[in-house]
Amino acid sequence: MKAHWWKALAVLILTYTVFWGLLGPTPRQPILNESIRNVYFHVPLWFAMITLMLTSMIFAIRYLRSGDLAHDTVSVQFANTAIVFGILGCATGAVWANYTWGEPWPNDPKLNSVAVSMLLYLAYLVLRGAFDDEQRRARISAVYNILAFAVFIPLIFIIPRMTDSLHPGNGGNPAFGKYDMNSQMRMVFYPAIIGFTLLGVWITQLQVRLRRLQVVMED
Amino acid sequence: MYQSINQIGALVAKEFRLEWRQRYALNGMLLYIVGAVFVCYLGFNARRGQLLPIVWNTLFWIIQLFSAINAIAKTFVQERAGRQLYYYTLASPQQIIIAKIIYNIGLMLVLSLLGFAVYAFVLGNMAQDWQLYLGSLLLGAVGFAASLTLVAGIAAKAENSATLMAILSFPVILPLLLLLLRVSKNAMDGLERSASRDELLSIFAIDAIVLALSVLLFPFIWKS
Repeated sequence: MKAHWWKALAVLILTYTVFWGLLGPTPRQPILNESIRNVYFHVPLWFAMITLMLTSMIFAIRYLRSGDLAHDTVSVQFANTAIVFGILGCATGAVWANYTWGEPWPNDPKLNSVAVSMLLYLAYLVLRGAFDDEQRRARISAVYNILAFAVFIPLIFIIPRMTDSLHPGNGGNPAFGKYDMNSQMRMVFYPAIIGFTLLGVWITQLQVRLRRLQVVMED
Repeated sequence: MYQSINQIGALVAKEFRLEWRQRYALNGMLLYIVGAVFVCYLGFNARRGQLLPIVWNTLFWIIQLFSAINAIAKTFVQERAGRQLYYYTLASPQQIIIAKIIYNIGLMLVLSLLGFAVYAFVLGNMAQDWQLYLGSLLLGAVGFAASLTLVAGIAAKAENSATLMAILSFPVILPLLLLLLRVSKNAMDGLERSASRDELLSIFAIDAIVLALSVLLFPFIWKS
């Protein structure tokens, strides 16, 4: 039971997020209206994705330092989950953008950056498919994983801030939290970030175990 | 320290000599960029004077991107595995990657200057602040060489490396390309230099990050 408390925490937080996120009080904002509730889902998904990518890179570094294939398995599964979270983040963002900015995919630097970073991680998966030898695949793809994260950071944090962007906190826009969120919303928003991150870790853990079992079955 | 710089110098000299001996590859690259420029020129021939500055600029950088990927992709494949093993015993991987990057910077400078000269000759020079435009070419050459050399090393380890090189390098090169497009657009419009300072700083930063990563990560690729 000791090792499972965080899973229970994830379930609790996400249940709370879904119910209180959809039912709880929100400030009335022009244009945003009720769609402001998406901040509980869209934004935490991105934060969770970035955390997952960072963890994936940390395990890639650990693999390169130790040569232990277990780290490589963990690294690739974190990257997989990060891609799923990225696609979900795009989907929730597209719904939101459709009702507030008028179209599901406006030409916004942040969106384009995210699309490119998805390409980066998909290229990482393609690269993994190109090798038969396990050690070699692990080593080369770990190198690309680190490179991908190093490119991802300027792509998502620097470039969108240098141009006009629709996103809050970019291109001279004030950050979302400054005007639009009140303290009641923060009570849902901050736990939601933790909840979605825990969910991502949980999914990854299951995937890693599945992969390990498959390896054992193959041998 | 002094000795290792000497060794890097020897490796760079080796690269240039190798290139000079197999001149068909170099000539091929030069012809590739001239040919690409000429295709674009003829393509826009249908309606003279309709080429907008933004199209002019973007087209030029896309030609640059493709010729860079093509030129740098063969960094690690033109020498046989046996000879690479020989280098492995002679020099440290850091020296080899630094030598390759220096050589590729030189190659990219030649390619981009030639490309720009031909491009400006046939399609007309639309850059008002051409010093800054050349500066962006220079920074682009360094950035392309630095980031693509590592990717070429990665792709060379896989079998179908031509496709892999393209898909691995497009997203990696994109932040740099976007910033370069912005700086060169500023240079075309003849804006104040201070308007592009942020972009220039970011390009420097990205170049530095990629160079550092190449030197740090290359030993792991080289080992296998």
